[in-house]
This record gives sequence, structure tokens and C-alpha cells, in this order.
Amino acid sequence: MITYIIRRIFQLIPVLFGVTILVFLMMHLTPGNPAQLMAGETAPPEVVERIEKRLGLHDPLPVQYVNFLKKVVTLDFGVSMRNSLPIIDELRPKFWVTIELAIYSTLLSIFMGIIAGIVSAVRKYSFADVAIMLVALFGLSMPNFWLGLMLMQWFSINLGWFPPTGWGSPGQVVLPVITLGTAGAAVIARMTRSSMLEVISQDYIRTARAKGVRERVIIYRHALKNALIPVVTVTGLQFGTLLSGTVLTETVFAINGMGRYVIDSIMARDFPAVQASIIVISIMFVLVNLIVDISYRYLNKRIDLNG
Amino acid sequence: MSDPAVQAAVTTNASLNPRVKARKDLIKRFKKNKAALISFYVILFLIVVSIIVHVFQLFGITITPHSPSAVNLPDRFQGPSAEYWFGADHMGRDIFSRILHGMILTLGIGFVSVFMGALVGVPLGIISGYYGGKVDAVIMRIIDVLLAFPGILLALAIVSILGGSLVNVTIAVAVYSVPGFARIVRGSTLATKKLEYIDAIRALGAKDGRIIFKHILPNVMSPIIVNATLYIATAVLTAAGLSFLGLGAQPPTPEWGAMLNDGRGFMRDAGHITLFPGLAILVVVLAFNIFGDGLRDALDPKMKN
Repeated sequence: MITYIIRRIFQLIPVLFGVTILVFLMMHLTPGNPAQLMAGETAPPEVVERIEKRLGLHDPLPVQYVNFLKKVVTLDFGVSMRNSLPIIDELRPKFWVTIELAIYSTLLSIFMGIIAGIVSAVRKYSFADVAIMLVALFGLSMPNFWLGLMLMQWFSINLGWFPPTGWGSPGQVVLPVITLGTAGAAVIARMTRSSMLEVISQDYIRTARAKGVRERVIIYRHALKNALIPVVTVTGLQFGTLLSGTVLTETVFAINGMGRYVIDSIMARDFPAVQASIIVISIMFVLVNLIVDISYRYLNKRIDLNG
Repeated sequence: MSDPAVQAAVTTNASLNPRVKARKDLIKRFKKNKAALISFYVILFLIVVSIIVHVFQLFGITITPHSPSAVNLPDRFQGPSAEYWFGADHMGRDIFSRILHGMILTLGIGFVSVFMGALVGVPLGIISGYYGGKVDAVIMRIIDVLLAFPGILLALAIVSILGGSLVNVTIAVAVYSVPGFARIVRGSTLATKKLEYIDAIRALGAKDGRIIFKHILPNVMSPIIVNATLYIATAVLTAAGLSFLGLGAQPPTPEWGAMLNDGRGFMRDAGHITLFPGLAILVVVLAFNIFGDGLRDALDPKMKN
């Protein structure tokens, strides 16, 4: 297990290099002079020159990359082009807002998804099953930002139950979390259902039934434990979709998180800020995947030992 | 056996290429799935309608109730009525007509971006799976890097490099679908490569190119098609999302995501502006998802519960 974890961490190194190289090149792949773009078309040459110096654009590319990497490792992303404040200070509070949003939404997805999936699998082809799978299909096919707009329309504007924007108070959390968690719940419900059905059809469940174990015990003790293994993987993958979904959800509900920050930075052509946010989000995603892989392996191993 | 009709039937059946037979079985299985079949017809219908609307518009003839860009300020914010089926937006434009005109953009981005993604991803996957070794390692590391950007973020990064426009959104969504294709095709290629008959063909002296095009490619085709269908659904959602963020289609283009962004500021006065374009996206994505699920089940009957 330990060797597996170590090997898996070593495998991350080329990925992290790749991510930083790509993000670093972003600025240089932009058509035109990045300094000119950031300063604006009408900016005097002195300003452009100053930005070029500040970004070290006169150095050869590999040197620039190494300097960039050194700074990234120490979480020094430079200063924002918009207000000259250090980006990391701006990012930190926004980072926690986005993490909160992502975690609450993931919990909602897991909770709703697993319950719905179990009900569906246990009552296969019943009305409940068909209804749940239909809702899940809609949940998957709905643009989450539109779901957010609709929730806002009904529950904030028409009924006045929740504040339409912002983040922090319990009332402000409800709608964004539903918006962001729905698609994940749908995916997890579908996965739980098919995985449960597969497990239920296996020999050891039949043996348990033959032994006279109560159905409830079979479902929750024997079947669910094994059925949840693929669900763990899906949940991990879903977390990535969710992270990127924060961009849209935060925009809809005017939440001051990282997602909104990326968009504002792109709009303002604030490249250092865009680079910083993309790196932070990607690294977070890569780490979550690492945790998922390890727990998947752990769960699987336990079964090997038991079986 | 003297009846010529029976004779003919026997010979055609015997001459049926196993691949043709497999395809016929597939279509038969697919047709049993009513929901998937209906989705297929819905998709066909939407494609035909969007092309007709677009072609007539190219010749300057508007066949929708209103012109998609006709501003009529006195009617702004009007709810759904006989005149404006889906209501009028903040500039008094007919939302129903705008949705019909925007449909070709949504479907076009979906098809073109996924096609472009497959054009790059499929060869990468085949090369990676077929040749293995160092080539495989290098390609897969690149794919890993692309996969390290969650979801829409890669598309966002690309749009931030290229600038916001419909064409750039299409490119961004295409790049975003490359890793998925590469991975799935690699897996199928590996499985196909292990089949004994591939060894036999190679022993007979077939060249790599011939093996890949005549034997591997047809075998990996079905996962490619299933994926492409499901990716179109994702592509439509992603593209609409980017336009909603203001990074894709720019007003007054009647792109559905951009229309949702337009309506966002007027939700207190006119909720219908944000209702209908979203429903339109939902219908298209739903159709592709159901169709894709149906295809997958038909291709792999064992997978179906």
C-alpha cells in the first residue's frame, strides 16, 4: 500500500510539470504581445515596457519558465494587473469560499445520489425506479447555470425564501449547493443503481438469501459495501466537474469565489491572475484524484483480503 | 430448396459479412429501445429544422414568425402570447424565432467540436494502444496533463488565450474532448490487438497501416460513436456555458447561452426570457444523452441491467 502511494505520488510529477508548462505558455501563446494586451491597445510604450520588465518577458523562454516555477512552488503568483495587489492574498479567501461550495455540493450529491440509487436498484422497474432515473437523466442534461437561474427565479424572486445572491449565511448556501450538486447526484444515482444491480446478482448474495438473511441486512451490509466501490471513483471524477461548475454557479449567484475570479481575470486580461487560479484549481483536482485512487485501492484490497 | 426465393434468401444470408450482420443486429436491438429511437428522430427533426431555417435566412427569407433580430421596443418583456409564442425579450425580439435561429449554432458547435476532437483523439489513441512502449507512455502523459484540468477549465484557458468568439469556443470544446477519445480508443485498441486473428494477419505479412485501417479501426468504431454522441451533449452544455459567461457568442447572436446571459438582468420583470433558451438546451442535451445511452446498450447488451 505504502509503495503504491509513493509510486502514485511520483506519477504526479510529470503531470504537475505539464500543467505548469501549459499554464506558463498560455501567456506566450496569446496572439500579440502580452504586455501590450494587458496594458491596453492605446497604452504608451513606456507602460508596455514596464510591464514587460515586470513579467521578465525579455528573458529566454526556459529561463522565464524556471523563474515562474520557482515562484509557483512558493505560492508567489505575482501581483494582479488590475490592482497591483499580490494575487495570493486575493485568492486565499476566494479559495475557501469555492472549497466550501464544492464540499457542500459534493456531500449533497453523495447523499442524494446514493439514496436514490439504492431505492432504484432495490425496486427495479418500479414506478419509483423509473421516476428516479428520469429525474437523474434530466439532472444530467440540464445546464447547471440554467437550473441556478430557475431556482433563483422561483425561490428567491417569486417566493422570497432565499436571498438571490451572495455567500455566507445559511440561506445563501441552499440554492447554489442545489445548483452545483444536482448533476453529481444524478451521475452518482445512476452509478449506484447499476453497481448495486450487478452486486445483487452475484452468488454470495444468493447464498446469503438462501441462508435466510433478512433482505434489509443483505442490501445494507452485504451488497452496498461492495457496490459503493465504483461510486467512489465516480464521485472523485465528479469533483472535477464540480470544481469547474463553480465557475458558472458563482457567476449566477454572484458569489465571490475563485470561479468568478477566473472569469473576471479573463475578461480583464489579467494573465497572472488567470494563471494562478487555473494552477490552484488543477492542483486541487489532481490531489483529489490521488486521494480517490488511493481509497479505491484500499477498498478493493480489503475485499481481496476478505474474499 | 427448389423455390428460387428461398434459394436467394439462403445465399444472401450466407454471404452476409459478419460485420454487416453485427450492424443489423445492432439496429434491431436499438429499435427495441423506444426512448432512444424517439430521441434519434427528435435529433434528426431538430437538425432538419435548423438547416431549413438557416438556409432560408441565407437567402434573406425569414420563415420563423419574426426576424430573430427585429427590435420592437414597445413589446419588450411581453409574456408568451399568440404573437410571441415564447414571449419577447428585453428588446422586444421574439424569443421563439431567436431559439430557432440559434439552433444551428448549438448543434453546429456540438457536431463540429466533437468531430474535431475525434479527429485528433482517435489517431492518438490508436497509435498509443497499437505501438505501445515509449510512444504510448509519451502520449498518455500528455493526455494525463490535459485531464488534470477539470471540465470547463481547459476550455476557459483556451478561450482566454484565443479570445472569446464562437469559433474559439468550438476549438476549446474540441480540445476538451480529445483526452476522452484518446483514452477510450486506446483501451479498445489494446483489446483488439490481443485478438488472435490480428496475429494471424500479421503472420500473413500485413503491414501496420493495413492492420490499423482494415482491422483495428472498424473494431474501435462503436465505442467512438457512442462516445461522440454523449460528448455532443457535453459539448453543447460547455459551449452554452462559455457563451453564458460572455466568452462565446456575442450579442446580438441568438446563441442560447448568450440569450440566457441577456435575460439574467431582467429576471424580476420577465422570467420567460431565461426560461425558454434553457429548456431548448435541455431538450437537445436530453435527446443526445438518451440516444447515446441507447446506442451503448445496443452495442453492449450485457451491460444493460
